Amino acid sequence: MRSDIKNDFPIFANWREKGKPLIYLDSAATTQKPARVIDAVSEYYSRYNANVHRGTYELSQLATDLYENSRTAVARFINAERAESIVFTRNATESLNLIAYAWGLNNLKKGDEVILSDMEHHSNLVPWHIISRHTGAVLKFIRMNSDFQLDLQSLKDNIGPRTKVVSVVHVSNVLGTINPVKEICRLAHEAGAIAIVDGAQSAPHMPVDVREIGCDFYALSGHKMCGPTGIGALYARYELLERMEPFLGGGEMINEVFPTTSNYAKPPYKFEAGTPNIAGAVGLKAAVEYLEAVGLKEVEEHEIALGDYAARRLAEIEGVRIFRPKTTGTGVVSFTVENVHPHDISTILDSEGVAIRAGHHCAQPLMRKLQVQSTARASFYIYNDKSDVEVLASALEKGIALFRPRKKADVTK
Amino acid sequence: MSLNDLFTEIILDHYQHPHNHGLIPNPTYSSRGFNESCGDDVQVSVLIKNGIIADARFSGAGCSISQASASIMTDLVKGKSIEEAKKLASRFYDMVKGTEGEYGEEMGDAISLQGVAKFPVRVKCATLGWHTLEEAFAKNDGPNSSEETK
Ligand SMILES: Cc1ncc(COP(=O)(O)O)c(C=O)c1O
Repeated sequence: MRSDIKNDFPIFANWREKGKPLIYLDSAATTQKPARVIDAVSEYYSRYNANVHRGTYELSQLATDLYENSRTAVARFINAERAESIVFTRNATESLNLIAYAWGLNNLKKGDEVILSDMEHHSNLVPWHIISRHTGAVLKFIRMNSDFQLDLQSLKDNIGPRTKVVSVVHVSNVLGTINPVKEICRLAHEAGAIAIVDGAQSAPHMPVDVREIGCDFYALSGHKMCGPTGIGALYARYELLERMEPFLGGGEMINEVFPTTSNYAKPPYKFEAGTPNIAGAVGLKAAVEYLEAVGLKEVEEHEIALGDYAARRLAEIEGVRIFRPKTTGTGVVSFTVENVHPHDISTILDSEGVAIRAGHHCAQPLMRKLQVQSTARASFYIYNDKSDVEVLASALEKGIALFRPRKKADVTK
Repeated sequence: MSLNDLFTEIILDHYQHPHNHGLIPNPTYSSRGFNESCGDDVQVSVLIKNGIIADARFSGAGCSISQASASIMTDLVKGKSIEEAKKLASRFYDMVKGTEGEYGEEMGDAISLQGVAKFPVRVKCATLGWHTLEEAFAKNDGPNSSEETK
């Protein structure tokens, strides 16, 4: 990785100027934004702002072109077969809800089975809870083994003629585990089920090829991959989109509307009701181009190396327990510290300028599997390096000293 | 903001050696509170005798601030009436939110949580036990709630 890559992200210089260098280790929550993305959004508003797909004047056409160019860029980024396979959404959560409502609600019935996994984010759980309440579909789970990897045997044991959906997270936001999604999709298709991949934590961090994976749907969030907040995407095989009912109704998604009925525009527009996040799409295109210029392979190698290094370094500290697979980890390192609660760890690190996440990471069922209430999580990205790991480790050592077990105070009540 | 303002010796002592830990078998009031963002979990139970809080205990799991604050709270409210306990809760909220004022003796060990005011993200942790206590009082379905004035 270029050693000056931090300079691409203005937030670091801004904090340095404030005299408080930012050690940002929470990129799994959201990444920082390169100047190129910030400028693209600002330029869009100052030069091209108009509504899309409806204006009959030049400016609107320019805005529409920018919006559609972004769709093409996202399609290229994940190697979708065509731009029309990309539906813009607000984020991965909305993408996953779109599938659950537009596909699940209309295709599932009582007794059908939906297979998820032990390491899902709430955004790939709660929508299915809702749909299963409506349809009577049953939820099953691919189990996690003691090395924090999915046990494919438990999928093979459970999958069958009743299985209609297999939906799994590509990279776990807690464990960093890279799941064998290609094999999972193959097994799903063999059983006649559709295969969904939650790519919120893979799209930002590694080369992704949806056709190579063989999934029917793939969800991503722009803000986790250097893009603005409020823009995400859903990739879907086009034939599926054509057969699906709409998710939201309103402007932009229709062909003809009568007082009591309407018919819909072709996908992807059928799934983009209302004025979309045009500036967000423009920013997402800049983010995609930025990551392509850095090189996704390079991003992946850099993160894995840092994750490996951090896991090793933290494991040297007494009382630290790491939740990360031996071989398929990424730049996500979750840990706990004996006698120090994750929330306290986060406050201690914050006082040293280190931003990490503490909590259940929107994965409560996984926390229960791990038999912890919460974890601390450091997640690395392209702008982090080994020196950040050192600051993290020494701040952690300080905190542990502060919390060393004390004898009961003499004056007790 | 110094860490020592937050993680004072008194806080760490309550965290590592909590007072009144456990649950009262037949409480007059009880409730359970969660801090969704970080998973703190506190259960509070109180026993009322002759209009006075005769016993108060807590159990749960969470960060040092939430657990120490609940421990301190159970010490403080014992021997007080419900009204007095509620008043104390409101004084406590003012203190940890940084509202100007004199916070003295009546706050007991809770005074050591004054530093929380400098850590806005931790206010919710400090107030969890107190909110849970107030929720317990507000519930009318406590097993013996009709007996509280006996
Ligand atoms: C694995 C995974 N899936 C889904 C999401 C949801 O992303 P968003 O909140 O951007 O919709 C996240 C974000 O934390 C995630 O890590």
